[in-house]
Amino acid sequence: MGEIKLTDIKKSFGSVHVLKDIDLHIKDGEFIVFVGPSGCGKSTLLRTIAGLEKVTGGEIEIDGKRVNEVTAADRGLAMVFQSYALYPHMSVRQNLAFGLENSNMPKAEVAERITEAARMLEIEPYLERRPGQLSGGQRQRVAIGRAIVRRPTAFLLDEPLSNLDAELRVSTRAELAALHARIGSTMIYVTHDQVEAMTLAHRIVVMRAGKIEQVGTPLELYNTPANRFVAGFIGAPHMNFLSAEVVEQEAGKATLLIGGSHRLLVPIAGHELSVGDKLTVGIRPQHITLANDPGSLTVKVRLVEALGSETVIHADLNGEKLLAVVPGQRQISPGDDAHFSVAGAPLHLFDGNGLRIKDK
Amino acid sequence: MGVASRFILRRKGGKGWHWTDIVTWLWLVGGLIIMFGPAVWLVFSSFKTPAGLAEFPPSILPYVTQQATVQGYDKPLQLFEAKLPDGSTRVLAEVRRIGIMSQMVDPKTPGELIRVNINDRTPVRTLSFATENYTQPFVHFDFLRYLWNSVFVTVTATLITLIVNSMAAFALSKYEFKGRSVAMLIILATLMVPLSVIMVPLYSIISSLGLFNNLWGVILPTVATPTGVFILRQYMLTIPDELIDAARMDKASEWQIYWRIVLPLTAPALAVLAIFSVVWRWNDFLWPLIVLSRRELYTLQVGLSIYSGELNVQWHFILAMTVVTMIPVVLVFIFLQRFITTGIAGTGLK
Repeated sequence: MGEIKLTDIKKSFGSVHVLKDIDLHIKDGEFIVFVGPSGCGKSTLLRTIAGLEKVTGGEIEIDGKRVNEVTAADRGLAMVFQSYALYPHMSVRQNLAFGLENSNMPKAEVAERITEAARMLEIEPYLERRPGQLSGGQRQRVAIGRAIVRRPTAFLLDEPLSNLDAELRVSTRAELAALHARIGSTMIYVTHDQVEAMTLAHRIVVMRAGKIEQVGTPLELYNTPANRFVAGFIGAPHMNFLSAEVVEQEAGKATLLIGGSHRLLVPIAGHELSVGDKLTVGIRPQHITLANDPGSLTVKVRLVEALGSETVIHADLNGEKLLAVVPGQRQISPGDDAHFSVAGAPLHLFDGNGLRIKDK
Repeated sequence: MGVASRFILRRKGGKGWHWTDIVTWLWLVGGLIIMFGPAVWLVFSSFKTPAGLAEFPPSILPYVTQQATVQGYDKPLQLFEAKLPDGSTRVLAEVRRIGIMSQMVDPKTPGELIRVNINDRTPVRTLSFATENYTQPFVHFDFLRYLWNSVFVTVTATLITLIVNSMAAFALSKYEFKGRSVAMLIILATLMVPLSVIMVPLYSIISSLGLFNNLWGVILPTVATPTGVFILRQYMLTIPDELIDAARMDKASEWQIYWRIVLPLTAPALAVLAIFSVVWRWNDFLWPLIVLSRRELYTLQVGLSIYSGELNVQWHFILAMTVVTMIPVVLVFIFLQRFITTGIAGTGLK
């Protein structure tokens, strides 16, 4: 069992409020990812769950029991640290055994668990080596192994892939997903990399400035971001934001003016908008296509990044930046005029406060 | 010219002597003489007889003037190489000296006295090592007892120093508590208080604790050193906190974190402090002299002072025993020097 419930969690260091009213219910066996820019409090939240930091207010429950006063050792959780935090003076075997010996486990069982974890993570050949003699990837496995042998209620992973090189990160990411499928325990994973979040998570928790901005499955966040921040954070490259003004309105539909001259007809069912309202329109770069007809957006090309399979076009629309990712290779160069079409693209509308205007 | 000389005479650019080569040589040779000269002089002087020590001008090697027993004279006479008026040189024995003239005899023909100007004679000297400087103190004085006292004080004080200071350093580097930096500051401030200032109060504390004339009275006041706390704290600050968090998650108690994680990782700094502590305690003189007044409790350094009496300083014994007392410190340095370098490098950069 590994059900974790956070109610109204507050944490401050002196007068700095790092976490503000966090409410979250993590189900047993779920792979949940905390994502957000650095300094948003995601690591602090993880450390509060671990018991390494005391909360200033609110309640943490693990499997229905309040654990606010329970020490880190007795919460039954295991943590994988960003720096791996392997004990450098102990062999890999001793590293794995340390936590088990501390809970007075019989030697035979300790040995058995280490063998099992070592086999699962393929670190058997290195068991007698010191962490200093291992490569980054091997150290990372040992760090995960040290968590696995404890058979914890939940795994807490603090940016475990950030110290690996790009190639290894991709393969380890896949292994981590496979490991979760195999063990089935709850995993809470902290990262600032939204690609990791998208690929690993059952549910993503997007945080900003100590607050949860949105909780949802990766596709929910991608398709219906709750606000401008989430919209900008999830997805690569970032979503384009264009300022717009409502110029006409009829039943369930509104006409917006973007880029100074271009008119867009959008459905706004169930929303009260009046002529003159200022909005923000979000368009993902992948949803923009190149067009020939003059009725589309005319932009000035600033930079072209040819990636082979696709081309990234940085463009300028009346002083607003616009990014387009178009498939294939294009004959287009900086300084050219281009026509962007957003016809048929899913549009995300945000009101003056940056909140999503729902399109039911 | 072997490999060694080619290595030693290697020069900048390969050909010719650049001025930096000469400066380097002078610097290194000068350094060698300044650093090593006194030690060499001490060791050689420790093998000199009292007469050899009083000699002027002094020599580095222990020479003695050769002596010969001459028929008709009770005491052995000193041998000289004398230049005679006829221009020949002969080895003669000096009977007595009157003013600038020396009365000498030829050991082969003792009957005839020869008068020689003292400027025309030079002593016949040979190398001789006065090993009795070393052997006699062992026989006449309680050298082994002093040695044991010194070893006991040094080893015990060093062990307690390492434990106590590392505990303080652990708390000051790894725990957040109010007044932490104030505590550290106060500890460091005591660096500025010399022993002579606290000597009297310290003495009254030790004496009221009944530790006067007790080796523990020498050990206990010295074990908490600000330098030690500072060295260890600075080193422990470089141990990542994540390791300690990891140990906490691994159900380690605070004692286990200290003993099994922090202490082993502080080994290089502990080695440095151990060397310092051994040298300090071994060379301590003033405080043991104050606390210990019974002979059988003397440490080596205090024991050595016995040889310098009010009227008569027995330099030959002092020098010989100084060499003996130097040996353990030198050994400690030889065996632990790699820890010093790694430790000092380690405390500076990561």
